[in-house]
Amino acid sequence: MTNTWQDIKNANVVLCMGGNAAEAHPCGFKWVIEAKIENRAKVIVVDPRFTRTASVADVYAPIRPGTDIAFLSGVIRLLLEKGAIQREYVRAYTNAGLIVREDFGFEEGLFTGYDEQGGSYDKSSWHYEVDDQGYAKVDDTWQHPRCVINLLRQHVDRYTPEMVSRICGTPQDKYLEVCELIASTAAPDKALTNLFALGWAQHSVGSQNIRTMAIVQLLLGNIGVAGGGMNALRGHSNIQGLTDVGLMSNLMPGYMTLPNDAETNFEQYMQTRQYKPLRPGQTSYWQNYRSFFVSFQKAIYGDAARADNDWAYDWLPKLDNDGYDILRAFEMMAKGEINGYICQGFNPLQSFPDRGKIRRALGNLKFLVVMDPLDTETSRFWQDFGPQNPSDPAKIQTEVFQLPTTCFAEENGSLINSARWMQWHWKATDGPGEARSDIWIMTGIFHRMREMYRKEGGAFPDPILNLSWNYTDPISPDPEELAKDMNGYTFTDLNDASGAVVLRAGQLLDNFGQLRDDGTTSSGCWIFTGCYTEKGNQMARRDASDPREQGIAPNWGWAWPANRRIMYNRASADPAGNPWNPAKPLIRWNGSHWVGIDVPDYGPTTKPSDGVGPFIMNTEGLGRLFALDQMVEGPFPEHYEPFESPVPNVLHPKVESNPVARVFADDRAAFGTASDFPYVATTYRLTEHFHVWTKHGRMNSILQPEEFVEIGETLAKEKGIEQGGWVRLTSKRGVVVCKAYVTKRIRPLTVNGGSTHVIGVPIHWGFTGQARKGYGANTLTPSVGDANSQTPEFKAFLVNIEKTRPPEPENAANA
Amino acid sequence: MELRRRGFIKLTGAGLAASTLGALGFGPSGEALAAAVRPFKLAATTETRNTCSYCAVACGILVYSAGDRAKNAKSNIIHIEGDPDHPVNRGTLCPKGSALLDVVHAPTRLEQPKYRAPGSNEFKPVSWDFALDRIARLMKHDRDANFIARNANGATVNRWLTTGMLAASASSTETAYLTWKTVRSMGMLIFDNQARV
Repeated sequence: MTNTWQDIKNANVVLCMGGNAAEAHPCGFKWVIEAKIENRAKVIVVDPRFTRTASVADVYAPIRPGTDIAFLSGVIRLLLEKGAIQREYVRAYTNAGLIVREDFGFEEGLFTGYDEQGGSYDKSSWHYEVDDQGYAKVDDTWQHPRCVINLLRQHVDRYTPEMVSRICGTPQDKYLEVCELIASTAAPDKALTNLFALGWAQHSVGSQNIRTMAIVQLLLGNIGVAGGGMNALRGHSNIQGLTDVGLMSNLMPGYMTLPNDAETNFEQYMQTRQYKPLRPGQTSYWQNYRSFFVSFQKAIYGDAARADNDWAYDWLPKLDNDGYDILRAFEMMAKGEINGYICQGFNPLQSFPDRGKIRRALGNLKFLVVMDPLDTETSRFWQDFGPQNPSDPAKIQTEVFQLPTTCFAEENGSLINSARWMQWHWKATDGPGEARSDIWIMTGIFHRMREMYRKEGGAFPDPILNLSWNYTDPISPDPEELAKDMNGYTFTDLNDASGAVVLRAGQLLDNFGQLRDDGTTSSGCWIFTGCYTEKGNQMARRDASDPREQGIAPNWGWAWPANRRIMYNRASADPAGNPWNPAKPLIRWNGSHWVGIDVPDYGPTTKPSDGVGPFIMNTEGLGRLFALDQMVEGPFPEHYEPFESPVPNVLHPKVESNPVARVFADDRAAFGTASDFPYVATTYRLTEHFHVWTKHGRMNSILQPEEFVEIGETLAKEKGIEQGGWVRLTSKRGVVVCKAYVTKRIRPLTVNGGSTHVIGVPIHWGFTGQARKGYGANTLTPSVGDANSQTPEFKAFLVNIEKTRPPEPENAANA
Repeated sequence: MELRRRGFIKLTGAGLAASTLGALGFGPSGEALAAAVRPFKLAATTETRNTCSYCAVACGILVYSAGDRAKNAKSNIIHIEGDPDHPVNRGTLCPKGSALLDVVHAPTRLEQPKYRAPGSNEFKPVSWDFALDRIARLMKHDRDANFIARNANGATVNRWLTTGMLAASASSTETAYLTWKTVRSMGMLIFDNQARV
């Protein structure tokens, strides 16, 4: 989220699309109701199903799963056609006027530079024209035919309301009603917020779904303002934190990236990370990358990271591809290329696409370690549970370790919420039996390995032997000490401009502006610097006061970066520094400083007349309507069909689906076609369950005890399926046998002249816990990911459905 | 101090306790009745601030455990409710958060390390030392056999691709940091979290 949960109340229009917040994030959704009641906000819901979110909407528009880019590109087309944009914001704060290279183009579904054999692009033409000083050329009058806004207008021209309706199945009148409400927030004092989740992310074009909305929000001037923003509602209590700390195959803490094979030394690594400004005088904050990197290496390697060994650069593993994401990992495992796997609080057998493949892959391991508070399906993949998990244990040679861990209530530490708030929590009791914390377990494995390397030697032990471990209790480091490590220290006295000592050597840093690239500071995660200072643990603060009741609560916990609650808040004020919306200002220029209720996302004394753009992380300082080379599919979003789709791509039949998605051969062979699997399926959460955890609890198992799918009345009638009757749901990859819930809330859509049925598949069942045994929605889903992030396409795939007999009684008895 | 709802209730509660029941109009029979009423269940518990472990709304919760944290007293969580002071959830919880207690005490909570041998049909309880010694040995064996110090061009790459890890989505940020340190120091690249699913 760019904004806070409470800030939703400041919106004039709330667009819920790509998520179902009322059911998946109920206590956050109350701020939407608050917006309706207190701010007379209008709520729009665009969803294949009439959800509980839709039930409180002012306008509900149905949409075929996997067509959001077409829908939103049509919105962009209408905004530009009607001039319903916040023109001054767009001119001053976006790259609308920057001029794109002459050799850039788009034709028949492909941008320039496509290599059909490699399935990737040469992106060199996806750039601005630059002058002889290396700065992007600009035409603020927007007359130049190749300035970004004119190219955007040209790109979205095909997305007429007729075309949108033909692709998405949304009735035109509903569509135009939605467009009109969205357009109303182009006024400088009006804001639209959008709430989205995996309904946008879990597509082969997931990142571009979100990009398209970001373009809408920039055109409307809704980024950086109260009641606006791009609000990704994250699904797990600390998934934000784990991503911030870089627990992804290609990441380091604070969104730095691991080196690749071509970057054979530190200077080469830094060459592509200099972030030289693309417009004069811009902040381009990533220019400080070297300070963040060196301070990080100091945090984890201490004295062993020195200038003369390039700060231990060689000790970082180098990538030989884009990353070893989960889809690649299980592809390798299925081929027998992986020997060992550790699952820390993660249940891939019920979470990753194509469950049959996941089960086969796990059986190829030599060893599997599962650390979890609960008895997960993954830890029992080898055991025969009947049709829900058929297995012959005698044939599976994997050694499996099931390690009991403590849970949230049994440990101290911070969790980072969707709004980037770091909230400290406290232990209430010890874990049951011999359960231990993940910190204790990871340390136990690490110490044993380090000891063996000390005694026996082995493959390149240096990084293991030199890893900094100066914790008071080396067996189970205190979370407070780990938090201080991430915040960072100075190793020398730090002085201010007058020479006065601000911090003494050995003290905790106040902010990431203090980080140095000469080895005199450390920080385990630069974006967190300030979370644990000499004033104490800022994450443990619990003052709920909220200036003007505007939804900031600046002294509750601590938000990264720099305790800033609304990202890009410089854009909440006009170029002269006066708030666009005087009723809900965030910051303003008082003649010498930026002042207000939030920490400015800007130099605190940078004058408005300096012309520094508000998007300080970007090299040109501007919000990007044209994404340069940052996305793998192209600088503008384009509609591509899901890999399993009931209809051809009517825009460009030769390029049906994402042309740069990575698809493994065995996964492609497991794609079905509409002739065998005529219905579109989509997966989702119910409000009574959380993934496959809550089925271990009695109350949630009583509320939703067994696996089911939702189908519309028309389809039920066509297939002779009764309310509560048993059905057999099949995809090319697997079968789920469960009950059908027949509902009015899913209706057939008219897509490309034909009728398309959507089937809803909740995700919550498995074969351990207290609920009845189930298969799991991932039995059916295809193994293909978003081309940028490799998030699997769970939200749009093809199935067939047939009425069937109830299962045999012995299975029912086991259930 | 800003008076929020919970503080207000506490203050009024204290006010009631300070007055006598008689002054409020109760006669002797009322006093006898009051004496027979069980004390408020949570009065003798320890209150701990925590955060719901499900979605990223991150609702504030109050965890109540029996036991006063004395050295030899085993505390037990008996109740969990929304934190009324929390600026986002303001005391409310959803059907998942309201039932957190059931997951804390789920019959399928794991209580001891278990090991399943190759080809076996069952888990057997083992000691922590057995489990961690064996895991460390298996990992070192695999790393030593398959570690790639240099690629085909002779460039230093220092990676280990035959063992991988998935990290949790509900563990603390501090756990995440310690996990990153240990796993990357070994050169592991197959490393991911739940953000993708």
